[in-house]
Amino acid sequence: MKKKFKLVDLDCANCAAKMEEAIKKIDGVNDASVSFMTQKMMIEADDEIFDQVVEEAIKCIAVVEPDCQVVL
Amino acid sequence: MDRFTDKQKKELQRIGISLVLFVILMIAEHSGLFPDTMGGRIALLLLYLVPYFIVGHDVVRKCLIGIKNRQLFDESFLMTVATIGAFGCGEFGEAVAVMLFYQVGEFFQGYAVGKSRGSIADLMSMAPDFANREAEDGSVEVIDPDDIEVGDILVIKPGEKVPTDGIVIEGSGLVNTSALTGESLPRLVKEGEQVISGCINGDTLLRVRAEKEFDDCTVSQILELVEDASSRKSVTENFITRFAHYYTPAVVIAAVALAFLPPLISGDFVAEFGKWVLRACTFLVISCPCALVISVPLAFFGGIGAASSKGVLVKGSNYLELLANLDTVVSDKTGTLTEGRFRVAMVEAAEGYDAAGIIRYAAAAEAGSTHPIAAAIVEACDNPIPQSEIKDVRNVVGKGITAKAGRDTIAVGNKGFFDEEGIELPEIAAGVSGTNCYVAKNGRYIGTIIVADVPKEGAKEAIRRMMEAGVKSVIMLTGDSEKVASAVAAELGITDYRAELLPQDKVNVVEELLEGLRSRAGQGDKADKKRGRLAFIGDGINDAPVLSVADVGIAMGSLGSDAAIEAADVVIMDDDLERIPSVMGIARKTLGISKQNIAFALFVKFSCLVLGALGIANMWMAVFADVGVAVICILNSMRMLKK
Repeated sequence: MKKKFKLVDLDCANCAAKMEEAIKKIDGVNDASVSFMTQKMMIEADDEIFDQVVEEAIKCIAVVEPDCQVVL
Repeated sequence: MDRFTDKQKKELQRIGISLVLFVILMIAEHSGLFPDTMGGRIALLLLYLVPYFIVGHDVVRKCLIGIKNRQLFDESFLMTVATIGAFGCGEFGEAVAVMLFYQVGEFFQGYAVGKSRGSIADLMSMAPDFANREAEDGSVEVIDPDDIEVGDILVIKPGEKVPTDGIVIEGSGLVNTSALTGESLPRLVKEGEQVISGCINGDTLLRVRAEKEFDDCTVSQILELVEDASSRKSVTENFITRFAHYYTPAVVIAAVALAFLPPLISGDFVAEFGKWVLRACTFLVISCPCALVISVPLAFFGGIGAASSKGVLVKGSNYLELLANLDTVVSDKTGTLTEGRFRVAMVEAAEGYDAAGIIRYAAAAEAGSTHPIAAAIVEACDNPIPQSEIKDVRNVVGKGITAKAGRDTIAVGNKGFFDEEGIELPEIAAGVSGTNCYVAKNGRYIGTIIVADVPKEGAKEAIRRMMEAGVKSVIMLTGDSEKVASAVAAELGITDYRAELLPQDKVNVVEELLEGLRSRAGQGDKADKKRGRLAFIGDGINDAPVLSVADVGIAMGSLGSDAAIEAADVVIMDDDLERIPSVMGIARKTLGISKQNIAFALFVKFSCLVLGALGIANMWMAVFADVGVAVICILNSMRMLKK
């Protein structure tokens, strides 16, 4: 499954790159991207564990940029 | 002030208040208001901390959270450490100034990026905001485009956007497709024809039956593609990401070394330490790669946006990069370089007849035929013989046609047909290549109509511009005969062509050409990355395999064709070949801007690092090297967004 999420207050391009790197390392993630320009995150992961992966990804984002919110 | 968001206004306020306090304190300090005693220094420090926290409290807060989360190399952390270092060394004013200017820079950065997002959104303003759905009882309600279901009857008033792809069931009029195709001429739609989402309705009311849900319609697909495009990164962007990965830690380690090693070597650690810590802080300020990390992707994003405003979808930053380095362009002939339908190219008249007369007779005989050649002849006829005068039409499939027009018997056909009919043909000098249709009246030859697939308007110019833009060879592929191919190639100014190809041969030809480019570049991965690139231009319908083999697959005339949009890397929404040299220009500009930014940012940063280590550059200059450069690079990238 592939899904896009909107990000609010993603203020730093370098952070976006760091988030992307971290999310790609989550188990079960096939592909991911965090775009600073469009303020969007895309996650592609296996269906069964998708929700779990998204939760992990949100944690990754909070670690890199605490103010950044994911719109679910 | 409406140009700023609430958040930005608050930031501006903080910067303003802090700046005023800072200036007052600077004046007070330099006019000797504070005695140079321990008490005076502490009072000064406390006073300086006020503007520092007003402007920088969020940075310090982020830094603390960062430490908790073990994210040590982020910007907030580096700025906080650098400014605390400056405070520690007694350079209070400098510490506040650095934080202040860092925030000013961040503000401009945020403003510029927000602005570019806005202009890209404008470029993409084709997305409809609402739809008018007509219920069974005839009442109309306004709904969200997302709520459209297939089969809904939608009412599109004059000036409104078509909310989803559909078929016109009532009304006809001109629709403006410019948001999708860049083409300014409106397109006529009639009952029973398809309209595409994102077009703007002209002066009439249209009733349309929705054929697709909003998520599957053309506009949604285009928006999705453009958004996804930024995730297919170019080589340049990947370079920046890798660079950023090593740059920050390297500079931080260098800063630590700078703080401790020289004082240790000097022997007088205590006396020297403060000076070197200050220099190390300068390093920390420069250590963020923001200028590059923001401006390079912004340039590519802007380039993709600029291309889409011209009706060209580029499906990834990487393709934009490839388009800037095209060496070979391979193009399909029929439907791409040529109109893809027959037209009368030339008429040869026997003595005593003129071209218009010959076409008139031929059109009379061919009027009832559906053959494409017949259609071309009928289309070319200005004053047709009335249908009532035409009788006894006899069609010999694949050969020709005879009919009676008034009292005359007309025969139109190929050589075989005339041989069968026993009509003698004179020797005809080959002029224009194409299909020869011979015309006879009452058993005597009166002329030849040559029907051919003519080159598209602007095709020759487009090819010339591609060559001018650095393309070394343009090669035309066609399944047509050698004779037709050479004539069309000559007309278009193409020197190289491959004729009589079967569809599967095209893939082989492209693969061979690619192999040629590779061997010219030499061995190894590195050489392969630098080799000239090959683009294939096709209609995107029958040539999906070729599109995928080529470095860049370009599909033409693809508005509304899902298959073509799927198969190609670059999609040209309308039929205009001249979009290709235009988009090559955009690609070059994008790459140029990225390279300028990289060179400028690296030059300033490394100069500042060297000058900072020598003690020549102070923290003020370092702040410029950090945010100043970032702002300049972003402004440079924003040039991509200008129309």
